Amino acid sequence: MDIVVLVKQVPDTETKIRIGGDGKTIDTSDVKWIMNPYDEYAVEAALRLQENAEATVTILSMGPERVVESIRTALAMGADQGVLVNDPATEGSDALGKAKVLAAALRSLDFDLVFCGHRAVDDDENQVGIMVAELVGIPHLGLAVSVELVDGKVKIERPIEGARVTLEGTLPALVTFGGAHAVWNPRYASLPGIMKAKKKPLDTKTLADLGLSPNDVGAGGATIKVTSMELPTERQAGRLLEGETAEKAKELVRLLHEEAKVI
Amino acid sequence: MAQGVCVITEFREGAFRRVSFEIASEGRRLADELGEPLLAIALGAGIESLAAGLGNYGVDKVYVVDDPKLEDYRAEIYVPAAAEVLKSLDPKVILTAASVDGKDFSARLAARLGAGLATDCTELKMEGGSLKAKRPMYAGKAFAWYEWSDGSWPQMASCRPNVMDCLAPDTSKNAEVEKAQVEVAEGNETQVLNIEKDAGGKIDLTEAEIIVSGGRGMKGPENFAMLEELATLLGGTVGASRSAVDSGWRPHADQVGQTGKVVTPTLYIACGISGAIQHLAGMGSSKYIVAVNKDPEAPIFSKADYGVVEDLFNFMPVFIEEVKTLKSTC
Ligand SMILES: Cc1cc2nc3c(=O)[nH]c(=O)nc-3n(C[C@H](O)[C@H](O)[C@H](O)COP(=O)(O)OP(=O)(O)OC[C@H]3O[C@@H](n4cnc5c(N)ncnc54)[C@H](O)[C@@H]3O)c2cc1C
Repeated sequence: MDIVVLVKQVPDTETKIRIGGDGKTIDTSDVKWIMNPYDEYAVEAALRLQENAEATVTILSMGPERVVESIRTALAMGADQGVLVNDPATEGSDALGKAKVLAAALRSLDFDLVFCGHRAVDDDENQVGIMVAELVGIPHLGLAVSVELVDGKVKIERPIEGARVTLEGTLPALVTFGGAHAVWNPRYASLPGIMKAKKKPLDTKTLADLGLSPNDVGAGGATIKVTSMELPTERQAGRLLEGETAEKAKELVRLLHEEAKVI
Repeated sequence: MAQGVCVITEFREGAFRRVSFEIASEGRRLADELGEPLLAIALGAGIESLAAGLGNYGVDKVYVVDDPKLEDYRAEIYVPAAAEVLKSLDPKVILTAASVDGKDFSARLAARLGAGLATDCTELKMEGGSLKAKRPMYAGKAFAWYEWSDGSWPQMASCRPNVMDCLAPDTSKNAEVEKAQVEVAEGNETQVLNIEKDAGGKIDLTEAEIIVSGGRGMKGPENFAMLEELATLLGGTVGASRSAVDSGWRPHADQVGQTGKVVTPTLYIACGISGAIQHLAGMGSSKYIVAVNKDPEAPIFSKADYGVVEDLFNFMPVFIEEVKTLKSTC
């Protein structure tokens, strides 16, 4: 069984977002980069199958040289090999452009299952993984909070508003991962894992290697683009209520009822 | 030549979901700005007789695909059916719901159409006959405006539930209904095996008007009963910080924040939550925020409209009694 996990590198969730000089991207000058948490859950899920179903786990990413660090982290967690599509012409791609690159890279690999986060916590687009499935022509099962292989099929549970759906799909299939840290508890890279990761194969590819023209992707190929960014209006700290417990409770009810009119 | 705005509704268990009316209302505004018609595509099982009612929210004409196979959402059969209907409609703008299924559907449809998609939009407008969309990024730590490149129709946007204003329904207006000539596929690759409803019909966090959330300060799962009681009194639902979820006190679906649900209720009450940056990202767009925390230095107070510096175990029971008094008098 071959599993490919799509991994994106994103700014640490601790990052205080500042808008860059161009007004349409963020200032990354002192950003610490991490593996997208939902992709980390996907890596964890793949590694559990690697143990139980003797799967080979390949990490596939795109982006500049710094992304190697996130791939190495996944290799240190236990993945077998990595592929990075590193080509400056991919910069400025929209979600569909990124999906085209990843789909082309996938076609050059063996896979029964493709795993990835349901969204990356930077752009929050909820698009790329599913688009890859459409472009490659395989089913996708979205927002998994559990994953199992049963009789040669993949079975997930997926929470929707007010319910939980159990969905099954034939292979090959793409699964996007949701849930929270507590659902997956992704393993940490161990020290021996980190040492081993340094020797694991990590291939770098360009668009030309994938048979893609720079015009298909990148800013030129994008049908949608960000034209400006803004920060939310800073919330002003409101008032701290004074007095005895009973007075505060009464006052809070009054404020919510009469001033805010929300209860 | 592409024309008009088309909304794709969401239908579950014999009824349109509220977000469908929100996107219809928003679609109406955009169609009026363009001076072009508002169309809808309604996919579902047993949907035909309800479709005309979309006219109450401004839809001119609905193309219906009513098929028992559409009972449960599956991208595999929904996306090709919608794509088939869209071929003949050729709209300029497509609006969908950024609900759980809606996000899933929209991304696959956009890839199939080769369309640019803006997900989870909170504001839309037409400028020079073209869509501009505003949407949050970094769980709401920033917002971005998007534009589509010249001539790349359709322009697709999914709308965040609970954000777009719903028109007051005009029951005198019905939409024209046409059965779309579409064969719904069997869909042999994916199967829905089971749908289990959440106990007690809990309101989903992303759709709740009032959220009462607890963090590590709640000290244990049993103390959330207090928050459940308050939420029930207020017609709201209970949320949690990641610490409370990681401790196993609450289900993961309750987690609010950058790696949980991003919520926009009118009232968010944070009990025993410090206000870490990842948590604030997820609830910072709430209309009113109340914080109850015994530490006056807790960062949550910098975002709170009303702050109560108290031990929550002293304060909450008294506050709940006051809410009961209010509820019994009006
Ligand atoms: C990659 C990543 C993603 C994350 N994503 C999220 C996310 O999506 N959502 C999220 O919430 N967090 C997230 N976090 C975790 C976040 O950084 C914080 O650790 C977490 O939010 C803290 O939860 P808390 O406020 O409940 O706990 P604490 O920070 O421990 O705060 C507890 C608060 O309770 C108060 N308190 C204690 N006892 C009482 C009492 N008796 N009465 C009144 N007040 C009391 C304390 O004063 C304190 O302020 C993430 C972290 C990482 C690294």
